[in-house]
Amino acid sequence: MFSVLKNRFEQGYRTCSYPKEKPAIFERYRGKPVVQPDAPRELAEICADACPQAAINVDLKKIDMGRCIFCGTCEMLSNKKFVRFTGDFEIATAQKEHLVTAGDLPDLAEHSKQHFKKLFGRSLQLRQVSAAGCNACEADLNVLATPFFDLARFGINFVASPRHSDGIVVTGPVSRNMKTALLQTFEAIPEPKVVIAVGSCAITGGPFYGSPEITGGLDKILPVDLFIPGCPPHPLTNLHALLSFFK
Amino acid sequence: MMNAFLNISNGEAIDRRKIPHLPFADFRENALEIVREGGKIVQFFGYQDGAAMKFMTVLRTDKLMAAGCDAPEIYPSLTRVLEPFHMFEREIAEQFGIQPVGHPWLKMVRYHPNYRKVKDVFGNHYKEDIPGNYDYYQVEGNEIHEVAVGPVHAGVIEPGHFRFNCIGEKVLHLEIQLGYQHRGVETLFSGVNAKRLPILAENIAGDTTIGHSLCMAEAVEALTRVRPDKGAKIIRTIALELERLANHIGDLGALSGDVAFLPPANYFGRMRGDFLNLSLLICGNRFGKGLVRPGGVRFTLSDDVRKTLNERLKELKPQVIHVLELLFLASTVRDRFEGCGCVSTIDADHLGLVGPAGRASGLPYDVRRCFPTEYYDEVGISENKKTTGDVYARAKVRYDEVLQSIAVIHSLIQNPVETKTVTVSNFNLSPSTFVVTLNEGWRGEVSHLMLTDKDGKILRYKVKDPSFHNWNGLAMALRNTGISDFPLNNKSFNLSYCGFDL
Repeated sequence: MFSVLKNRFEQGYRTCSYPKEKPAIFERYRGKPVVQPDAPRELAEICADACPQAAINVDLKKIDMGRCIFCGTCEMLSNKKFVRFTGDFEIATAQKEHLVTAGDLPDLAEHSKQHFKKLFGRSLQLRQVSAAGCNACEADLNVLATPFFDLARFGINFVASPRHSDGIVVTGPVSRNMKTALLQTFEAIPEPKVVIAVGSCAITGGPFYGSPEITGGLDKILPVDLFIPGCPPHPLTNLHALLSFFK
Repeated sequence: MMNAFLNISNGEAIDRRKIPHLPFADFRENALEIVREGGKIVQFFGYQDGAAMKFMTVLRTDKLMAAGCDAPEIYPSLTRVLEPFHMFEREIAEQFGIQPVGHPWLKMVRYHPNYRKVKDVFGNHYKEDIPGNYDYYQVEGNEIHEVAVGPVHAGVIEPGHFRFNCIGEKVLHLEIQLGYQHRGVETLFSGVNAKRLPILAENIAGDTTIGHSLCMAEAVEALTRVRPDKGAKIIRTIALELERLANHIGDLGALSGDVAFLPPANYFGRMRGDFLNLSLLICGNRFGKGLVRPGGVRFTLSDDVRKTLNERLKELKPQVIHVLELLFLASTVRDRFEGCGCVSTIDADHLGLVGPAGRASGLPYDVRRCFPTEYYDEVGISENKKTTGDVYARAKVRYDEVLQSIAVIHSLIQNPVETKTVTVSNFNLSPSTFVVTLNEGWRGEVSHLMLTDKDGKILRYKVKDPSFHNWNGLAMALRNTGISDFPLNNKSFNLSYCGFDL
């Protein structure tokens, strides 16, 4: 008993004060990419050519955050003169086309559906389905339940059954072998329900694009309300998305 | 008997013509002989070389050895003689439609049509989704009941199906059916541009990003005759140990949660995040994605980073030790951990268990010690095995490895580390070459194997996650255990679904 108390004392209070204050993330973190509009076209082409995810549109000078895995190759190659990854982790969008960006994202809170805020603002219960996710997205969703993030203080929980939930959070590129189970889980959720795609795999197929074994974009099979990009999205990205969209 | 296999080294590029190509009967006899004498299977797979279908295997004793042969369309199963071939023969049957006659339990591994478009060995038509066309093993009797769990699980975890045959609370048999996560990784590997290779490797299993990335990078380095500098090796070693730390600490927290001792569950849950953040400190990603590339690393360990790493480690170490003591000294925890889900050394040996699960059952194998890569030659990893094979042993192995990993990282960050970073992955692989790489990921032996054709294209890319060996260990642990102890046992193995499913 004494050691329980001693450890409790040593651990102290650890919950972050987000959204009031933004917690510091180490400098090398790669959040929202910002494109320099006046960068020479040749530089953009070099970056696009080296991009493993084919996420750079040279003509528009934009990056598709849905395809991007935030590896930072373009930033390194262009020495930040074409693309710079900022420390901004608030990068989720309500529309897939908004993910194609030069660095200016619409305010998520304004783009959320107002009836969602009314319905789910005080209590949001979510069912997570991993559909061929690599366990990184899943891990960084799971971590929201730890004391640092403490998702439950906002009235948001991950629940064990679709019957108890208001929506579905999908990770992974949706493998052929997981598609039926995913759709059945979605069907089991009572209306009205929300669909959230987490990670570049769920949004576009991510690193596995081109494989015949995957669906490559959750929006092909379900109506997605919220897109949270990243590989995986930082837990604060997830937290921001849920709070802005629903609270 | 003198065996006809060629002794090879971890990460050594070898002209494919030097790998002994034996008549099938000799291949079979030699492989069986080596495994009968205690050898283990690192890789055993099929591949197409032009019109010919071939087998190749890499075995380990205290050495690594390889040989190949022409693959017959049907052949007498090796599993029928020795169990360790079990999963490998099923995988070959699924990938290439080759029938191992007499295999005691020939069923699908991941549920996909074979690559050669020949007749399906399992009689599947693949029009229905998994589990489609499969009858689970059933125990018969009046009192027997079945419990089906998954593919979608109650927690925020990956999918898989567990089928329990129980009498009362007691599990007589657990059958684990995976494949839901299959993304076609091996096929993608041999088809994509060089620039996508590191990205694919990082995403085979996100919690083993560094383990798989190292295997890929070392293989490419061997086939391009590039050697990473000392600094890069040190940084990669640190990254692999950070990955081990974050996962082991997370597992110990989850084990604590599964016996309803909540303080360590919460503390370790939070500290796991602190260790993930140390990976982010080095490379900008909590899972180490973007760090390892063929030729080295993409980020230096600058003095600033080293200083922060030192400070954080200094702050975390006493907390980790105190919570470990809190967990392991609690009599209620000991009571639940001890004697639960035992896997005997003999069973572990027959199943070919690796990593912490193997070490908990008395198999001391550790790639870092036996076939060291990166900077492990200099570090020196001590033997760490337990003999009881229960949940307690699997937890205790992690306890020891957590302290060991902290010590390793601490020793590596005391002096400045210099490296020249690499940016772009663009390379030409040597033609007609073989390479196999092994690393001790936090779950155990991760191995990649690459064969190139005469033009330097990837002919076959084979990936093996330690979970490929260990899922059957979990099934074995559950025999005669209460079904309510399944979550605890599952966590004590904490295996990868996507690493297995590929």
